[in-house]
Amino acid sequence: MERNTYRGGPDAEGRFGLFGGRYVAETLMPLILEVERAWRAAQRDPAFEAELRYYLEHYVGRPSPLYFAERLTAHLGGAKIYFKRDELNHTGAHKINNTVGQILLARRMGKTRIIAETGAGQHGVATATVCALFDLPCVVYMGETDIARQAPNVFRMKLLGAEVVPVTSGSRTLKDAMNETLRDWVANVDDTFYVIGTVAGPHPYPAMVRDFQSVIGNEVREQILAAEGRLPDTLVACIGGGSNAMGLFHPFLDDAGIDIHAVEAAGEGIDTERHAASLTAGSPGVLHGNRTYLLQDGDGQIQEAHSISAGLDYPGVGPEHAWLHDVGRVRYVSVSDEEALEAFQLCSRLEGILPALEPSHALAHVARIAGDLPPDHLLVMNMCGRGDKDVFTVADALGVKL
Amino acid sequence: MTGGRERIARRFAALAGEGRSAFVPFVTAGDPDRETSSAILAHLPALGADLIELGMPFSDPMADGPSIQAAGERALRAGQTMADTLAMASAFREGDTDTPLVLMGYFNPIHRYGAEAFVSDAKEAGVDGLIVVDLPPEEDEELRVPAEAAGLALIRLVAPTTDDARLRRILADCAGFVYYVSVTGITGTKSAMTRDVAAGLARVRKATDLPVAVGFGVRNAGQASEIAGFADAVVVGSAIVQRIESTLVDGRAGSGTIPGVEALIRELAGGVRNRRAPEAGGAGG
Repeated sequence: MERNTYRGGPDAEGRFGLFGGRYVAETLMPLILEVERAWRAAQRDPAFEAELRYYLEHYVGRPSPLYFAERLTAHLGGAKIYFKRDELNHTGAHKINNTVGQILLARRMGKTRIIAETGAGQHGVATATVCALFDLPCVVYMGETDIARQAPNVFRMKLLGAEVVPVTSGSRTLKDAMNETLRDWVANVDDTFYVIGTVAGPHPYPAMVRDFQSVIGNEVREQILAAEGRLPDTLVACIGGGSNAMGLFHPFLDDAGIDIHAVEAAGEGIDTERHAASLTAGSPGVLHGNRTYLLQDGDGQIQEAHSISAGLDYPGVGPEHAWLHDVGRVRYVSVSDEEALEAFQLCSRLEGILPALEPSHALAHVARIAGDLPPDHLLVMNMCGRGDKDVFTVADALGVKL
Repeated sequence: MTGGRERIARRFAALAGEGRSAFVPFVTAGDPDRETSSAILAHLPALGADLIELGMPFSDPMADGPSIQAAGERALRAGQTMADTLAMASAFREGDTDTPLVLMGYFNPIHRYGAEAFVSDAKEAGVDGLIVVDLPPEEDEELRVPAEAAGLALIRLVAPTTDDARLRRILADCAGFVYYVSVTGITGTKSAMTRDVAAGLARVRKATDLPVAVGFGVRNAGQASEIAGFADAVVVGSAIVQRIESTLVDGRAGSGTIPGVEALIRELAGGVRNRRAPEAGGAGG
């Protein structure tokens, strides 16, 4: 990796510094290498780029607006706050940027069956949506616990023609769904493509998902230059596995003057056992094909994550984030369930936007820092999903009966 | 007496002399509890085990089917730690200096323990080899280098999907024996097709003189016997831990657990031992 850039990774072995790699069973290794070759070839093919652009524009609805949140800015009384409106994408979140890319790649590779894991169901819905578009059979693995708390998304996936398979092993949440999807892939190597939803997993997934999501940051760059004539001063995004954050951050990593903040879920508190802050409170380890920071006990057993936001409820984090954390380029902070709920309500009332609980974490951090920044300070926050999916969770947390 | 790779080599040489394959049972350390698991482990050689694979439980065993997943969950619920697993190995070795003992599992618990400390403590406990499912050759150096220095065999896996170029790379630094994954899938869910396994094995044999063990899809004594006809070792895991599961009473070891497992081990060992391997260790096929 070149030392004069933060954007040179990963190396040929899929490493960002110490992190990343390809920790998978031998049965999967040839397949992982095949995905990498196909992806590299697609990147060099203008026809692939053109096809991706076409669907992002006409199907997903890109570019998403960069919106000046005037009332929130006035309320917080400091930095000028912009929202990158990725919640306006088809299916209501940034996840579809990546599923369109990976499924176009799968088609190119001649794969005829798509599998995916999902936690909150957003990635599952985005995968099922694109599979419907291209008439591909789709199997989504989802923890039994998540199925119970995300019933609307389960039904959406079924309406889209996907098969949703309940996962009953381990903690029955996202990490177990990912284990089960890897097991499916090992057993169906010939015809199946695994669409991973975040910047984690074995190489090339962390880099590939980052590149598909970098459309977010690339658009922000053009849009802020058009609006303000200069680059932003601060970027803020929430982080579970870290795909929306990586998508926003990556095009700006080498702009030295830009402060970059990623917000982890502190759940009920970093001091409790109920949080999802792998970088703030975890330690390095190996899970799901990559070396990264994990929530684990002293014996190397993976611990359950907790967050009010199911999309941040993962005990690991993408390996490039682990590296950016260690080299200090990105500042990783955390926000609790309670702070995220307050930010959710604040944004709904002031801006008429129901943010998903995931970006509500980023919003809470913005609310924390904006007031101390000068009015000419440009802050861009990624509004990576809309909150309609979360209204039941929020009502429940606020003690409201629907 | 030296252990490690040499104990494994001695055992395979002796079996080649007898003209038969090795029977290799897999059990998860601490399943369903440490006491029962230790008793089963201690009895395995007398029941016909030629080598033993002892599973190190992990919360997220992505290459295992439901049976071995459940075994790991039982062990972890009962409080099994890596230190307990090494202590079990050590106790086993006090009663048996001839039967090779191989630890099998995933990398994270080893990484957390510290790869060098783990190798050193495993060697001290009388462990002879390691199989780490999620460490392909691209990633295994940090464990392989200390293992080689300590004389432990880092046993690598070959799958039906492994092409010839990868096969050479895998065999270049493989020690002890080669573990041939007999099915494209996870442990205990698909049944290996004898003809496919024989063809896959012939390909491996052309490329190495190491003994070749077959596992992942061997479900019963009949099948074990068939595979013993051409493999140097036959590994059975899921069927054994299923037997543990089916003999539990309210989730705990019952009076039928140890006898039930032992009857199955005897039957499986009989299947392997009654079959003479035509060309064990030989080239071609």
